[in-house]
Amino acid sequence: MADAEPTPPDTSGPPPGQGDLPERPPEFRIGRAAFLATVVAGVGGIFLGPRLSQWITNPITNALPSSLGDLIPGNGWRIYNVQDPFPTFHPATYRLVVQGLVERPVALDWAQITALPGESQTSTFHCVTGWTVDGVRWEGIRAQTLMDLVRPLPSAKYVTFQSLEGPYVDQLSLTQFTLPDVMIARQMDGGPISRAHGAPLRLVIPDMYGYKNVKWLSSLTFTADAAPGYWEVRGYDVDAWVGRSNGYG
Amino acid sequence: MATAEPRARIARFTLAERLMHWLLAAAFGVLLGTGFLMSVPALEGLVPRPVAKEWHIDAAIGLAAGVIVITLARARVIGRTIGDLERFDSDDGRWLAEVPRRIMSGTPAPPQGRFNAGQKLNTAVVAGLMVVSYISGFLLWYGERNTAYRFAGTINVHDDVMWLLIFLVIGHLYMALVNPATRAALAGMVRGSVDRAWAQRHHAKWVAEADRIAAADPARRSHTGASDRAGSPPPRLGGDVPAQKEH
Repeated sequence: MADAEPTPPDTSGPPPGQGDLPERPPEFRIGRAAFLATVVAGVGGIFLGPRLSQWITNPITNALPSSLGDLIPGNGWRIYNVQDPFPTFHPATYRLVVQGLVERPVALDWAQITALPGESQTSTFHCVTGWTVDGVRWEGIRAQTLMDLVRPLPSAKYVTFQSLEGPYVDQLSLTQFTLPDVMIARQMDGGPISRAHGAPLRLVIPDMYGYKNVKWLSSLTFTADAAPGYWEVRGYDVDAWVGRSNGYG
Repeated sequence: MATAEPRARIARFTLAERLMHWLLAAAFGVLLGTGFLMSVPALEGLVPRPVAKEWHIDAAIGLAAGVIVITLARARVIGRTIGDLERFDSDDGRWLAEVPRRIMSGTPAPPQGRFNAGQKLNTAVVAGLMVVSYISGFLLWYGERNTAYRFAGTINVHDDVMWLLIFLVIGHLYMALVNPATRAALAGMVRGSVDRAWAQRHHAKWVAEADRIAAADPARRSHTGASDRAGSPPPRLGGDVPAQKEH
């Protein structure tokens, strides 16, 4: 008779009696112990914070050239956006509008933007979801440079940052905008800001979580009124200080 | 004389076990792929983030639901499988301790049951890592809605677990598809049965147990077999396992 492919049983029924089986060597539930140890270690890691895991992943990813880094998940950068596709930067037609409660509103073209004096800095980027990228090099324009250009009125208390990504908007107080490490960044890590990272200009405020660092800037509006930004409307803090907001710290 | 008879086989995995495995494999593929879409900068923008996120969460829910349903529907079989997987004896201890020696000089391994010690350990760790993925994944989702549940370490653990699982899955795929000594096992997960002679070499205690039970009660030909421990699966009615054919 042909050796038909045997099918294993898939039934339920009473298990056999055990009387006919020989002595078994001692067995220990090592498997269960390994399972539980893994779970405990993992959950412990959540509460011990990123320090421990950054020992593991950061040395690996920091050792790699940044082009490879873009291919590796958990490397540091993740690109978030709220509307597809990413905005496109057209140097010929792009304008940075600076308007609102100012004496002299402007619409700067790309040549004018690149001609403005700038500064460089190296900062850490923190995302509210928990990941961090160290040593990001930025080059860009300080708030005072723009304010000297447009001369805000005494009634101006806030600056609203509008993104080319339609619904995305956020705001800083004037005091926050003029912090020493805040800038309108033109370059990232030695080159123009890439499309995914917010070309051509993004706000950089290292002491606040990434969602305040508006990408694909299209305009700055000086205003007297506070208005919650895109993520604040969705429950995130207005003053998004790293380690001191959004439930952290 | 070369025989035209096909080689004898011995049934190793029930339909329930195989379904569980392939459900996990498929879901893991979707989870990993959507996870990459959400976290590899070079891939961002390929698929809208909310879409990738939805698929990711749906796959996680689907996997959990499937595991629960299969476990409830075939509790006895799954319970036995877990029992096979979690018990280690001294042969298992020696198997693990002698891995370097076996790699270097190919000394024979101690006899193993239906699962060898490496498989048992891998399954336990993978299962634990999946649980950690679920916990950290849930906290990532819930933390968006309730700041009290935002922890700085959550996403890092979720990432690290992914790395570990990728490493283990690559090893698993190597054993199943490439390694000559183990790839005969793939048939067990696809068709349910494995080559009997292969099983005798690599899982001798299981084959012996299965044969012993079959001999003790011919009406209950052992199929998936008792492996290392007492309690074989219930009898299969109708059809035959040609357990007597030897080569």
